[in-house]
Amino acid sequence: MTSISRDEVAHLAHLARLDLGAEELDHYASQLDVILQAVARISEVTADDIPAMSHPVPMTNVFREDVVTASLNRADVLSMAPAVEDDRFKVPRILDEE
Amino acid sequence: MTEDLTRQSAAVLAAAIAAKEVSAQEVATAHLERIAAVDGVVHAFLHISSDSAMAQAKRVDEKIAAGTEVGPLAGVPLALKDVLAMHGEPTTAGSRILQGWKPPYDSTVVARLRAADIVILGKTNMDEFAMGSSTEHSAYGPTHNPWDLTRIPGGSGGGSAAALAAFEAPLAIGTDTGGSIRQPAAVTGTVGVKPTYGAVSRYGQIALASSLDQPGPCARSVLDTALLHAAIAGHDPMDSTSLNAAVPDVVAAARRADIRGMRIGVVKELSGDGYQAGVSQRYHEALSILEDLGATIIEVSCPHFEYALGAYYLILPSEASSNLARFDGMRYGLRTGDDGANSVEQVMSLTREQGFGPEVKRRIMLGTYALSSGYYEAYYGQAQKVRTLITSDFNAAFANVDVLVSPTAPTTAFKLGEKLDDPLAMYLNDVATIPVNLAGICAMSLPVGLAPEDQLPVGLQIMAPAMADERLYLAGGALEAALVDRWGHLLIEEVPSL
Repeated sequence: MTSISRDEVAHLAHLARLDLGAEELDHYASQLDVILQAVARISEVTADDIPAMSHPVPMTNVFREDVVTASLNRADVLSMAPAVEDDRFKVPRILDEE
Repeated sequence: MTEDLTRQSAAVLAAAIAAKEVSAQEVATAHLERIAAVDGVVHAFLHISSDSAMAQAKRVDEKIAAGTEVGPLAGVPLALKDVLAMHGEPTTAGSRILQGWKPPYDSTVVARLRAADIVILGKTNMDEFAMGSSTEHSAYGPTHNPWDLTRIPGGSGGGSAAALAAFEAPLAIGTDTGGSIRQPAAVTGTVGVKPTYGAVSRYGQIALASSLDQPGPCARSVLDTALLHAAIAGHDPMDSTSLNAAVPDVVAAARRADIRGMRIGVVKELSGDGYQAGVSQRYHEALSILEDLGATIIEVSCPHFEYALGAYYLILPSEASSNLARFDGMRYGLRTGDDGANSVEQVMSLTREQGFGPEVKRRIMLGTYALSSGYYEAYYGQAQKVRTLITSDFNAAFANVDVLVSPTAPTTAFKLGEKLDDPLAMYLNDVATIPVNLAGICAMSLPVGLAPEDQLPVGLQIMAPAMADERLYLAGGALEAALVDRWGHLLIEEVPSL
């Protein structure tokens, strides 16, 4: 397995939406390297014919009756929002300005 | 009742409340006073819900006065891990990003506790988003182990375990993703059970790794743990992974506590080197007690367990990085940098940078890496194969034995700060508890004595197949009764006074 570079950590931080500082990037680069080298040992036993297990209880298509129930109280929900306008969540600009 | 109400078991308190020997309000008051007296040094709680606790206790007293039927734990106080949503009460998961958040709904666990007339005293401290083995990763400062305040109470559910050991509550709820109920129980001399995956609803539990997470009961005795287990388990349509099956009769098993003829497997790979001397000693003593009680001890091999830690630290961060994407500062929780000029993505990045602590960021990045294009098959895909191998090891073992045992943790409680700067050393605490979560089976930790070298509690882990949770209580109940015979009391009675 490859070792992880500072640039890669910066790219991961961007993907994960973490505005890491320069010091944090260095710190995590070395720590992630150590952890990844330790966990990479699993490849010693993972042959091609072993099925992957995503979940302990195999279930598919779990349905329930389609019964109408009350939704969450709007005032309760909006009272916890960082910003609200006209009974809606208010968010920062999503599109770049022209 | 004239004795100290905070020293009683949940079963004794419930019986006294039902018999009107003491009121639920008196019991709640005694525990709130105990918390006020000792939590300054223990820091088991992040939030005390005095008003709602006293209101619930009053309702219970009114029900009993009116002759209304109440549950077997009616009026008994409980400490709730802060990872479970409780309507109108602060719920932070130990994170800065959820500071001040009050959920607009109850988790199913909380709804069942309320329905069982249990009195929730408050929310307990934990490693941020349940990532850790020491509570040192809480954004609100660590919890201290009541056995030695300079030591960790385990994690992530260290607050719940410490609340029990400090006699702040006789019952607590934890959640266990890789050992977060069992390891804190081991290092605090208390009992904790990770039920079979899907036995207790995850609805309203702030998700860490959805295929591993499982809420469960914690208490100071096996019977109290069973009573709480029965109160919270059962099918829930709000959790699509909830088991639609009858809950095993864990209370009857805890009361029967008979292991004559039981085949107990010793996992060779979890009982060799790497354990503190006193942990090994107490573990082997417990094995001979189990044998004296009529069980047969059989050594079994689980050859792939040595790869469990590696698989876990790929699967967990992968699922966590995905689950924690919801904390984006838009609908609830912290929002930082919204100055009108920053874009939504900049605000998200600034919010998450400020709101998450170092261990959470580390695991988010690890998971993002393991799931990223080009590495997915090499890491996450391979880890899922190891999961199959671990499950096969368990299936092969359970073909010949009824339960498996191991020490719960390699050492007794370590010093606060000792492993904080070495993530890998911290991860090694979970080596014996992780296989259970990967396979989705159930396990208990219960105290088996103090390590002679440091006078700190040692835990024994009992593991049983999926949906055979009652076997944990049969074996745990029998061992606990034998140890109480020997000591004259539960181990927790030896905890130093605070």
